[in-house]
Amino acid sequence: MKTRTRSDIRILSGLSHLALAFWAIIIIGPILWVFLSSFKSPEEIFSSPWTIPAELRWDNWVRAWNTARIGIYMRNSIIVVGISTIGTMLLGSMAAYVLARYRFVGNRFIYFLFVSGLAFPIFLALVPLFFVLNGRDFTPFTWLGHLIGNGDQGLLGTHTGLILTYIAWSLPFTIFFLSAFFKTLPTSVAEAALIDGAGHYKLFFRVMLPMAKPGLISVGIFNLIGQWAQYLLPLYLIPGGEDTEAKWLLTQGIASISTSAGFKSDWEALFAAITIAILPMIIIYALMQRQIQAGLTAGAIK
Amino acid sequence: MRHGRYPFIASFLALPVLLYAVLVIYPTLRTFYLSMTVWRGFDVPPVWVGFENYTTLFKDDRFTQAIKHHLELLVVLPLVTIAIALFFAFLLNVGGGSSGGVRKGVWGSKFYRVVFFLPQVLAIVIVGVMFQTVYRSDNTGLINGILDVVGLAPTALLVNKNTALWAIMFVAVWQAVGFYVVLFSAAMASIPAEIYEAAELDGATRISLFFRVTLPLLWDTLQVAWVYLGIAAFDFFALVNVLAQENGYGGPDGATTMLGVELYYNFTKSKLGYASAIGVVLFFLTLTFAALTLRVTRRESVEYQ
Repeated sequence: MKTRTRSDIRILSGLSHLALAFWAIIIIGPILWVFLSSFKSPEEIFSSPWTIPAELRWDNWVRAWNTARIGIYMRNSIIVVGISTIGTMLLGSMAAYVLARYRFVGNRFIYFLFVSGLAFPIFLALVPLFFVLNGRDFTPFTWLGHLIGNGDQGLLGTHTGLILTYIAWSLPFTIFFLSAFFKTLPTSVAEAALIDGAGHYKLFFRVMLPMAKPGLISVGIFNLIGQWAQYLLPLYLIPGGEDTEAKWLLTQGIASISTSAGFKSDWEALFAAITIAILPMIIIYALMQRQIQAGLTAGAIK
Repeated sequence: MRHGRYPFIASFLALPVLLYAVLVIYPTLRTFYLSMTVWRGFDVPPVWVGFENYTTLFKDDRFTQAIKHHLELLVVLPLVTIAIALFFAFLLNVGGGSSGGVRKGVWGSKFYRVVFFLPQVLAIVIVGVMFQTVYRSDNTGLINGILDVVGLAPTALLVNKNTALWAIMFVAVWQAVGFYVVLFSAAMASIPAEIYEAAELDGATRISLFFRVTLPLLWDTLQVAWVYLGIAAFDFFALVNVLAQENGYGGPDGATTMLGVELYYNFTKSKLGYASAIGVVLFFLTLTFAALTLRVTRRESVEYQ
């Protein structure tokens, strides 16, 4: 009897490993295949998917970077997402802090206004958002557009417009998460700082913000990866056309070169473009996978 | 200490509230109004037509198709993703039997968890473009390469009306599973080891451990997962946009279309009132689903306690 259960266990764990390995291959397989294909010659690609590149043809990467403009798209994405993540964290933590730790008339109303945003799908706002950004429905954006040299288009088709939109749409979760976090911080430290003569601003930037660091890192990662993956907003708010394509973000650029007629014939460059787009994320993930897993699941586990 | 309290509060709230009001609240509310109008943009103001857009919508075949696809997705996406993720999470956390009274996962669990979660950090559109190359209908695609090795005829999954939606759904599952493996793992880690020990003393096998102990204790997390995946089923856009035939417009012949896809199409055609109406329907469907799920599953959760 005992030996039977033991062999049962062995079979079962063999099957377990088979299933796990199978899924691991399904995940890694396509990524590895695209990576290898980015070094192939056209002949190698068209003869069979199983060929191994005879040499590392970096010129595919160079064509993707320059001709397919992945370099520009990558730069745009880094600028937009970098600034908007920092902006989200700054504005989000400021609002969350005040809402969590100060009592004033309208506090609950503003808090629920922000948190209700968690229920709005972005689809619900896309059409009017276009006309807010181009200044038709919000005149200050027309002025801003003139100020940054975008003519009568307001903030439509600009990185500034996209950054502000990213920040605004990231606020509900950021405030929801961080205000809960600020509430848990001890009041004794704050009181001591105030007695020492620190003002409200100093208290926030010098005492509370450093104490909230673990929460800030989680939400920061969550926002960074979410905004990096954003596709709908750039698609609607930086529409195509000769003059705006140089402002496209990476997600837009990759989606576009995969369908554009010119690149149907340059599949090596397409493979290289995909590889260049995903490689930085894989490297960052490899370096800090623990924090990233924690950050991305923070909202659900809470 | 009270000095400067209100100026401080105002200075910290002004900018976030302004941005949020202008870029989230206003456009969201305005969509409801626009959905009752006919509007082609700019110079001419919107013309009020009441519920006309909605009546047209419910007669539109593309709309009906999209709703049907969302309902299919609503069943398949959570069911498949949760089943796979639950299975793997169990293997990774308790599947390895116990040693010294501590439950552990099978050998290499750490590695598997890292790999499974990887697709989460990739932008879904880029994942879509990657699978474009995997699904390619000629012999350069990865799938056809595998079929060729096995000796089967090449297939065009995205071109075939009967398989296109499934092929796209697979990519969504491919990306989602890892997230739920981590989510379920965290929940399983919080189940006290004594419960497993007691069950094992009673002679429970690993399979009955899973169904009798793990699953019931995970109910709340499963509920969260179901709501998340259901919302994802309504938010479906990027994958269709890059994988579907007819330049991403839900092809072939509307076989993969979704509400977000129809919305974008009507937006690009400057049918702004109609596009807004689609947005409103999408919102109410999502809201109804979330409210229903939380309601229905809450009752069952009480039965377990």
